Amino acid sequence: MSPLLEIRDLYVHFKTRDGVVRAVEGARLSIERGRTLGVVGESGSGKSVTALTVMGLTRFRNSTITGEIDFDGIDLVTLPDKQMRSVRGRRIAMIFQDPLSSLHPLFKIGWQIVEAIQAHEDISKEAARARTIEALREVGIPSPEKRIDSYPHELSGGMRQRVMIAMALVLKPDVLIADEPTTALDVTVQAQILDLIRRLKDEYQTAIVMITHDLGVIAELADEVAVMYAGRVMERTSRETLFTVPELPYTWGLMRSIPRLDAPRPRRLDSISGLPPSLIHLPSGCPFHPRCPYVMDICVATEPELKESQPGHLVACHLAPKDRQQIGRDLQTRYRS
Amino acid sequence: MVRYAMRRILWGVLMLLVVSAVTFVIFYLLPSGDPAAIRAGRYATPARIAQVRHQLGLDRPIYYQFWLYMKGLVFHFNFGTSFKTNLPVRDTLFARLPVTFSVAIGAVIIWMLIGIPVGVISAIKSRSWLDRATMGASLVAISAPVYWLGLIALFLFAKDIGVIHLFGGANSYVPFTQDPAGWFSSLILPWFVLAAAFTAFYARMVRGNLIETMSEDYIRTARAKGLSERRVIFRHGLRAALTPVVTMAGLDIGALLGGAVLTETVFNIPGIGRLAYDSITGSDLPMIQGTVLFGAFFIITANLIVDILYAFLDPRVRY
Repeated sequence: MSPLLEIRDLYVHFKTRDGVVRAVEGARLSIERGRTLGVVGESGSGKSVTALTVMGLTRFRNSTITGEIDFDGIDLVTLPDKQMRSVRGRRIAMIFQDPLSSLHPLFKIGWQIVEAIQAHEDISKEAARARTIEALREVGIPSPEKRIDSYPHELSGGMRQRVMIAMALVLKPDVLIADEPTTALDVTVQAQILDLIRRLKDEYQTAIVMITHDLGVIAELADEVAVMYAGRVMERTSRETLFTVPELPYTWGLMRSIPRLDAPRPRRLDSISGLPPSLIHLPSGCPFHPRCPYVMDICVATEPELKESQPGHLVACHLAPKDRQQIGRDLQTRYRS
Repeated sequence: MVRYAMRRILWGVLMLLVVSAVTFVIFYLLPSGDPAAIRAGRYATPARIAQVRHQLGLDRPIYYQFWLYMKGLVFHFNFGTSFKTNLPVRDTLFARLPVTFSVAIGAVIIWMLIGIPVGVISAIKSRSWLDRATMGASLVAISAPVYWLGLIALFLFAKDIGVIHLFGGANSYVPFTQDPAGWFSSLILPWFVLAAAFTAFYARMVRGNLIETMSEDYIRTARAKGLSERRVIFRHGLRAALTPVVTMAGLDIGALLGGAVLTETVFNIPGIGRLAYDSITGSDLPMIQGTVLFGAFFIITANLIVDILYAFLDPRVRY
């Protein structure tokens, strides 16, 4: 099956007063219908910019976008604004991190969803309203016929995110991009929202791009995983492989920095040393080399390519595949036991 | 809501009381002409001045004068009698109110109709040459004093002294009920002069608000829904950006109804502002009191209306 959405060599640069910000540097991703792609990375790794670029929301005066975003046979990079608008919201929808600031505070939630429907379909207000109530019910909002006339501030955080999801899914899009949808929520609510997303995915066969910095969310939800760093996709594989034989030093760092209940306390929480690189002045060679405990001479000199290490497992790293697999497997068995 | 309004009204009344007390005190503390001497005439004998002072009640202690004044005001809605004209202050004030209202309403319409669109365009085209030009011009308009701008306007466009004889100049005010065309012609220049700074200020405020609003997360959501950019700006952006403008406008209108002192003075328009200026220069205490109280009343009322209106404009606000 050919992928529904495929991103090839995507570059997104922003010209700023301080220099060119290389937010996305040759990212490659793909996703099939009904599957969930998890995109992991720190702040500034380019995951959100990649998502917004798919939505056509990074077309600013100071941005340059090159590469290909193939969506069901359409190239979204070169698609004119007007056609892009009919894809946006209808065929590809997006939900965001903070549902309070993402909903307009001065409009009723029902009005905001009706507006989304009417932007794409020639449909009466009454019919759109009926569908809105249906969508709100679908995402588990109690007494939706009353809630439809609530303002965002009258709802709890979890309810607001449900409203966002209802708004995104009411037009039955092919792709749902979720940009850290649970980060701003309580842990118990997080689980509910993830359950909801999973259920809706199964129901509608929507492809989901789950952007997160939380490996727990990946473990919950993702079929495939892409690890991003400094605007590049550095590792791409299935969820099972990522959690059994991760092959990228950066991924190891992420895994080590998860706090564990069973670890002997007191113990310092592991973290990746150093800071994420500046996207204006990127390090030479592999962008991760200044923070990598396995750094070699070649890492400083040349950038590793994203190459197949095992079937279906792509890694961009100069370490020998054998060594990487050994370290990754050791790491995971140590943590699992 | 009703309880809130009642509380605010009580506070407003208290505020008016304080305002008149402060006006009394300031009048007696600051050096000003002796009202009795002014009224007694140029060559009055000291005995005559003392007699006038007694007539006006100015020889009594300040607190007693204040007490008499408040008694008249509260029980009889009596603002006293002007030292200068001997006419009741209340009647004079109400006679001048339509004039000040005329000045204010035109200026408000002008600055809203020009200021808001200019601000919106500037925000949409922010950092373009158009934006820079209008924002530069707005700085000039904000900085230009009314008395200077007013004189320039008269010099250029007034029927009597202007380079181009277009509109009524200073002193040409006629009531609307007498001569609508003349009323309009006489007020065109004052309207624009008064509106200039406000227009510029509102344009800058709208621009700033809209630019800030357009970077909000919910604007990103609106775009992600696939709405047209026009709808995103005018429906989602402006709705949020104009809410504080309504507040500002309410307060400014309230302040203007108390009299546009400079504008009315430059153009010699017989409104409350001009009256305030004349009574201050003439040490006419009851008239000063009256104009100050009127101004304070309008400002307090405008504040109250704006606060109540806000609950309707922003559902998050609850009283």
